[in-house]
Amino acid sequence: MYDTIIIGAGMSGLAAGIRLAHFDRRVCILERHYTIGGLNSFYRLNGRDYDVGLHAVTNYMPKGTRRGPLAKLLRQLRFRWEDFSLAPQIGSSIAFPGIQLRLGNGLELLESEIEKHFPSQKDNFQQLLSQIADYDELEQQTFEDSARQVVSSTISDPLLVEMLLCPLMWYGNARESDMDFGQFCIMFRSIFMEGFSRPFAGVRLILKNLVRRFRELGGELKLSHGVDRIVHDKKQVNGVILDNGEQIPGRHILSSAGWFETLRMCGDVVSSSTRGPGKLSFTESIAILDKQPRQLGHDRTIVFFNDSDKFHWEQPETMCDLRTGVICSPNNYWYEDANGKQQQLSEGVIRVTALANFDAWQNLPEEQYRLEKLRWHERTVASAVRFMPDFRRHVIDTDMFTPKTIRRFTWHDNGAVYGAPNKHLDGTTPWKNLYVCGTDQGYVGIIGSILSGISIANRYCLQTA
Amino acid sequence: MTLAEIREEIIDILHDIAPDEDLSELKDDVTFRDQLELDSMDFLDIVMELRKRHRVQIPEEDYGELASMQRTVTYLEPLLKDVARVS
Repeated sequence: MYDTIIIGAGMSGLAAGIRLAHFDRRVCILERHYTIGGLNSFYRLNGRDYDVGLHAVTNYMPKGTRRGPLAKLLRQLRFRWEDFSLAPQIGSSIAFPGIQLRLGNGLELLESEIEKHFPSQKDNFQQLLSQIADYDELEQQTFEDSARQVVSSTISDPLLVEMLLCPLMWYGNARESDMDFGQFCIMFRSIFMEGFSRPFAGVRLILKNLVRRFRELGGELKLSHGVDRIVHDKKQVNGVILDNGEQIPGRHILSSAGWFETLRMCGDVVSSSTRGPGKLSFTESIAILDKQPRQLGHDRTIVFFNDSDKFHWEQPETMCDLRTGVICSPNNYWYEDANGKQQQLSEGVIRVTALANFDAWQNLPEEQYRLEKLRWHERTVASAVRFMPDFRRHVIDTDMFTPKTIRRFTWHDNGAVYGAPNKHLDGTTPWKNLYVCGTDQGYVGIIGSILSGISIANRYCLQTA
Repeated sequence: MTLAEIREEIIDILHDIAPDEDLSELKDDVTFRDQLELDSMDFLDIVMELRKRHRVQIPEEDYGELASMQRTVTYLEPLLKDVARVS
């Protein structure tokens, strides 16, 4: 009998597993896919390493910082700062027609950019900062307030409102068109006030550290073990039945599969349509270059672009929406080796993300799916080079993943990258010993999901014992 | 455990929780919160580490007794006097 069964070996499941195993709980993580990571996984193709989700690890703070999410999770998981070997970004930007706001780690650069391009908004921006500082992010009552309304009532230039919303929605908003003010504050802190970083080896370094620690502590990890059903009576759950029919009993179940996905495992047919699963999924077009992006004049770590003054954040009606996107170059971080010497990835990489329609991709016959991938890769890149130097002559290999790929790694309904729009901040479900963690609990991103796993495990599986 | 051993044990736990901290200059009469910015999650971890290592139960209403090194050692002394330090 396990003390806790964890569904999903992504960031939140692994982090919860480490906490529980550290305090001597018998714990087992079940993962349907044949590999770890969930949305933040990795793969190898044509001799090259690729990351699935990772553009950047947000919430970056330099070594020695004691406050903030990164410091908190390192302490909770007993890692040293060096174990994640996070290299800070060179610099990113928000690009709209005819205007660009640059941002770095920490608020300073963004503040001066706003002063330069939106001098009339200088004081309003300071006021917004104090609103965000005052906001208690786990206050469920005000969490779902409209970010557009709150921000527009402080920032009076609509263009600046759109430019601020663009990166925050791209990196963590499951809701179409608008954003929960609570989520806005979390993302604002993690992106604008803290910032971007990346391990030289990519997300696999973080995942491998988590798995190694979990196993050292005696935790069990079972890959290719999908949960078909959660066994329960009216009040509590008793264990799971796997896809292969095997039954595994457990005292607690912690699910990172998503809210609706988890309820469905309990046989609960979800009736409410207005508060349903998320709809926002992405394609990612990856190009390998024969030069470093900086040699082509591109030194930005991440560019959030939008081709009009109004930012649209909704499920596209066609395959992809190319009006907005994110360009990421994993080369553009300050990487150092163990001796503090600068180092660089051996090849140039440009990744471009676009909003995509899950059904449109999912329903294609195999042959056409391949063709559409080629077609939309080309279109996505053509859209991106409006906001960066044209790199197309230097491409030596490409790959593209689609909402279908995201579904395979996460098992989320609709391949929804950030899960369902309505979050369940306290993690509880109608069953008293079944809890949700991860994306649908409320924290997104790598640091966010790790913290989600930690806090739900602490609250329900450690403190009550 | 003697008072000195209890102090050493707490240092060990703090080192475990915050491996990046230099604890050699830790002041016993200043709160952990002020010196190390420990938060409620960290205090809970100190409690759970003590339970894991020495089977000492600390009721929630006593968590305040762990505010500084001095207070922690004083508070733990009667609870740990018959426990041997293993390391």
